[in-house]
Amino acid sequence: MPTSAETPSSPDRLAVVAGGGQVPAEVHQRVRQDPAVLEIDGFNLWYGTKQALHSISMPIPHGKVTALVGPSGCGKSTLLRSVNRLNDLVPSVRITGDMRLNGDSIYDPRMDVIELRKRMGMVFQRPNPFPMSIYENVVYALRIDGETSRTVLDEVCEKSLRGAALWDEVKDRLSDSALGLSGGQQQRLCIARAIAAEPEVLLLDEPCSALDPIATGKVEDLIQELRGHYSVLIVTHNMQQASRSSDYTAFMYLGRLIEYGPTTDIFTKPVLRETEAYVTGRFG
Amino acid sequence: MNSERPRRRRSSHAALSAHGEPWIWLTGGALSLCLAMIIGLLGYIVAQGAGTFWPRPLDLLETSDGRRVLGEESAREVAPDGSGRRLVRTANFELSGKHFEWFGDSEVSATTRPAEATVVERLEGGRFHGFPTRLLHGEEVVADGGEAAWNEFSRLHPAARKRWRDAWRIDKEERGLLQRRLRGARLAVVSAELESGAESPAHAAAREVEGNVAREVEKSERALDERTAELRAGNEGWGLELATATGEKVILPLADIVRACQPNRLALGGKLGVYASRWGEFLGDDPREANSAGGVFPAIWGTVAMTLIMALLVAPFGVLAALYLREYATRGPVTAAVRIAINNLAGVPSIVYGAFGLGFFCYVLGGSIDELLFRPALIADGQPTFGTGGLLWASLTLALLTLPVVIVATEEALSSVPNSMREGSYACGASKWQTIRRIVLPRALPGIMTGLILAMARGAGEVAPLMLVGVKKLALDLPIDGTFPFVHPEREFMHLAYLIYDVGFQSPNSQAAKPMVFTITFLLVAIIALLNLVAIWIRGRLRRRYVAQQF
Repeated sequence: MPTSAETPSSPDRLAVVAGGGQVPAEVHQRVRQDPAVLEIDGFNLWYGTKQALHSISMPIPHGKVTALVGPSGCGKSTLLRSVNRLNDLVPSVRITGDMRLNGDSIYDPRMDVIELRKRMGMVFQRPNPFPMSIYENVVYALRIDGETSRTVLDEVCEKSLRGAALWDEVKDRLSDSALGLSGGQQQRLCIARAIAAEPEVLLLDEPCSALDPIATGKVEDLIQELRGHYSVLIVTHNMQQASRSSDYTAFMYLGRLIEYGPTTDIFTKPVLRETEAYVTGRFG
Repeated sequence: MNSERPRRRRSSHAALSAHGEPWIWLTGGALSLCLAMIIGLLGYIVAQGAGTFWPRPLDLLETSDGRRVLGEESAREVAPDGSGRRLVRTANFELSGKHFEWFGDSEVSATTRPAEATVVERLEGGRFHGFPTRLLHGEEVVADGGEAAWNEFSRLHPAARKRWRDAWRIDKEERGLLQRRLRGARLAVVSAELESGAESPAHAAAREVEGNVAREVEKSERALDERTAELRAGNEGWGLELATATGEKVILPLADIVRACQPNRLALGGKLGVYASRWGEFLGDDPREANSAGGVFPAIWGTVAMTLIMALLVAPFGVLAALYLREYATRGPVTAAVRIAINNLAGVPSIVYGAFGLGFFCYVLGGSIDELLFRPALIADGQPTFGTGGLLWASLTLALLTLPVVIVATEEALSSVPNSMREGSYACGASKWQTIRRIVLPRALPGIMTGLILAMARGAGEVAPLMLVGVKKLALDLPIDGTFPFVHPEREFMHLAYLIYDVGFQSPNSQAAKPMVFTITFLLVAIIALLNLVAIWIRGRLRRRYVAQQF
């Protein structure tokens, strides 16, 4: 049972949520100062009869890193997987509301899911390189798109691997199996694969949770470098990671968006004491 | 509250079963029992099978009632009354009417091993044991005396054997070719008659062609006759005279002798030579004497070809079916029922598959093919082409038989592909088929190979269904040869597993056939092991490539 450190003058929002009630999300005005690449609009999601997301509305700014934080099971990953409609693969999922990627409705029935996913890149919790060579892993998205020109593929491969800070380590063994790389290298390879098709938004689902501290450091440095080049939406458990590498932070709890604002504000002067309690580690 | 709870007693030392030793012993014991049985079986087969061709010494036995017998001891046992007795391969069937005879130890008064005792393996009539006396050419005595005759025989025999072999090859291959040509022309006549009616110009033209072909064939036949006559004349009259232990003289034509040796004076090298020569004949030649002697080459060929064709047929069907079942079909009672049905299919007796293969593949499918494409052959000589058992139908039947194994193994392999890989592929914008084709299938290939290995091991050892759909006691025309269209999947074939049954239980000379059965079994096990080793090697390569260990 979460407990608030402060003496409640108004009812504790987390307790209200835990009791099944609704609370308004505290969205800072400054998140609107950058144009949004992704607009989440009143999004609800159910697994069977269990509601996992409750009317989430938030803009994801273009060219920035946005972190989703919150305790386990709060729906961060579900929200992320809803963006590229990976949840479609789960048969019992039902949704209402919509998301818009650069103005295009993601949940429009006429939207081609495959084309949609090509506009995004995603990196998962555990490194999941494909059972093929390093080179083929990186250019996978292009291959399935039918790209056959060797020069184009070579160029994209090098560019993506450089972008993922992996080029120098693997440039001499591009034709080796990707499964022979270390965990950290594999995860950076997955990032290279995700950025190879120039995604409009990059989705990172706890990309460091399965890595050792040194590999984590390298991937975090990489996220820093991706900042500005790509619009990144990252799910993380790690407060330091969120504070270090993101521009905006959203705090979620039990499927609700609680507070969303610039990272510095969220970590230093959050509007809600519940957020402060979470980011300072007093609960969660 | 704590005081009310019953106190748990603690023993001062953990029980034996807690340490787990009994279970180690139990599981280890079960494994060793299995291993002992398997190794025992294989060891027995190898020991028996490998020794068949080793030249054994010839004993000259003198019995108390004055008989003299030359033979090799092939078994020895202790009778219930404690006296020993031995089974002797006496050979010389045409003289004694038997190949083997039992002798009690008390009957035998003397045993010697004369150096000149000779084993002669013949094309017909089994072996002959005796002492060479003279080498004859017609009436003329070329060499007199045991030593001289044997030396002269050793010098002349290879050439005689080669002449016989050449004549045999001409008869089998070149004459066969001519006969097929003749048959082709005859079929053309029948099909012209069928298509344009009797007495039509096309029919007349075909008849004329047939006449020309017949004349050419006859001419070629005469040329072949001359050649074979010449070869046979070279061997005519040459004979080796041998005396049996009792002094009876028999002249054996040189061309009928496959191999002769004097085992009692062979050194190790000479014995090895005979051993290798017998293995060479076994692996490379056609069978003779109702399969109980000679080689098993057509059966090796048939076994390997059938197993490989079966694997080629079952792999795509099984993999595609399993793909649909695992990747596309909605999980529910229907797929569960289908899965149970497939598993149960593996338990259907194989003879049922044979009957199905005969009824459906041979008669329905093959019969329709014959009606559509081989109608002239059906009419001309009343012989079905595809409408009877053959290599293709046998392979298809066994593919059906092993399908459940492949489907189950493939499903296992598909379900062991981590979901994270599929999701990663979808997230890159791949469609379901692209994901299956590029990620799931390669990753599942080693597991699919496992299914194929199991299927091959099961299929190569089947006999019952094959007896119905195309395996024959003797089928010397291989399904691939030099005559157009080179591949003849409709031909009947020989199979090692069936040969075991045939030689072991249908042979008139069962004592002589017994070691052959072991040798054939040994060979079959070796071939299956070899096929499996190749498949395992391929699987190992695939595994290294697609399923490297993740820390």
